[in-house]
Amino acid sequence: MLTQGDTPGPPGLWRQALLVAGKDLRIEARSRVALNQVLPFAGVVLLLFAFALDPDRGLLPRVAPGLFWVAVLLAGLLAISRAFAVEGENGVRDALRLSGLDGAAVFCGKALAVAAQLLALEVALGIGVVVLYDLHFHHPVAVVATSLVATAGLAAAGTVYGVLAAGLRVRETLFPLLVLPVVAPVMLGATRAWEAALSGAPSEAWPWVELLAVFAVIYLTMGWLAFGPLLEET
Amino acid sequence: MTRGWGGVPQQNWWARRGTVVLGALTALSLGVLVVLGLFVSDPDYQQGDAVRLMYLHVPAAWVAYLAYGVTSLASALYLWKRTRSQAWDTLAGASAEIGVLFTGLTLVLGSLWGRPVWNVWWAWDARVVSTAVLFFLYLGYLALRRVPADPAVRARRSAIAALAAFVDVPVVHFSVEWWRTLHQKGSVFNRELNPTIEGNLAWALLSGVVAFTCLYLYLLERRYRLAVLEEAIEERALDAAIAERRAEAEALPV
Repeated sequence: MLTQGDTPGPPGLWRQALLVAGKDLRIEARSRVALNQVLPFAGVVLLLFAFALDPDRGLLPRVAPGLFWVAVLLAGLLAISRAFAVEGENGVRDALRLSGLDGAAVFCGKALAVAAQLLALEVALGIGVVVLYDLHFHHPVAVVATSLVATAGLAAAGTVYGVLAAGLRVRETLFPLLVLPVVAPVMLGATRAWEAALSGAPSEAWPWVELLAVFAVIYLTMGWLAFGPLLEET
Repeated sequence: MTRGWGGVPQQNWWARRGTVVLGALTALSLGVLVVLGLFVSDPDYQQGDAVRLMYLHVPAAWVAYLAYGVTSLASALYLWKRTRSQAWDTLAGASAEIGVLFTGLTLVLGSLWGRPVWNVWWAWDARVVSTAVLFFLYLGYLALRRVPADPAVRARRSAIAALAAFVDVPVVHFSVEWWRTLHQKGSVFNRELNPTIEGNLAWALLSGVVAFTCLYLYLLERRYRLAVLEEAIEERALDAAIAERRAEAEALPV
């Protein structure tokens, strides 16, 4: 409650980021696009992989980590595109600029919301690969650590490229081309780390986790610095 | 650069002469490469004549990296407020185009070389894979550049995209390197370029690097000039259209 003479200063950076993240997640919770469209899409992808690789030959459990991360990437692309499509509607982009929020805070907020959705997606897909591909999680610490840093990297890079492509007429086709080669190391690192953890050699997973962490730090820094100018321009 | 006939930017005498000299130098060095690479140098004791592909493959890869380096530098100079100029953006775009061309050339030449030497068109070797990722990385950058937008907006967006792609290059490189070395120790695909390369092979390779570097500089200059002319034509078309509308308005009875 504000009292007289108590001028409300601008909220701190983290508070601003949480506001933006809260806004995005609230829109998701109300529109249910992620729940009703992205999640079923991910489920279909899991089914299609089983059609492509005959499930009887025991191939699926062996290649499950790779398939899991490809499914996360494909469904994640939709979620990230969606995070920027909502900005395009009703002049939200201009509203964000007028709100006086720091560009870095908007970046952190959007990346946070994307990361939350990706994590939910990974939990659902994780249950999917356990049930459908008969995968057994052996070293949960390494598996969870990998997922967390990989998600941070995907969310950061996705948000940077999301805003780069936002507002362009060719956004739907340009965004995957821009972001997929960039996140190729995340795909590679996360898959190898999971494979190492699941095959009972979690010590081999840690170098990959470090690489994923470096990737996440690079793109978090990139977004922190570049998001303000990118948000302003179009 | 001065404004010449019809507002089209003209190069001065020195720039025109420089281009001609650079072009002649490129043609000459490519000629030297043909002579050294095809006639003077000896066939490899293991690979035979297939080794001659190295004189194109290695220089093409070098030019690709050089071109991306120039793109990144020009993009950084554009973003830095004190050196901001549309010229850096034009240079970055021109260099990236040549870079993608030479990355593609590197992959094709490598594939042609791999067939007789490794017996496969495509090997999942660390350097091959990271070059392929690099190819797509910058193909995306060029696609972003092609999206029509206000020049200043496009320049800033492209510069940030170029730097975002550039910081990914070492990560891609290390991840792929680990991937292939962790899983395929001592594979035939990991063979290094013969480090005891010497004599006329080394000279042929050196002449290849010199020739391709000249070619890069020549192409860069030509592409840059072309971009400047393209911009001038767009400007002229706009000016002409405005003048026409004004004339129409004046011709109207009041």
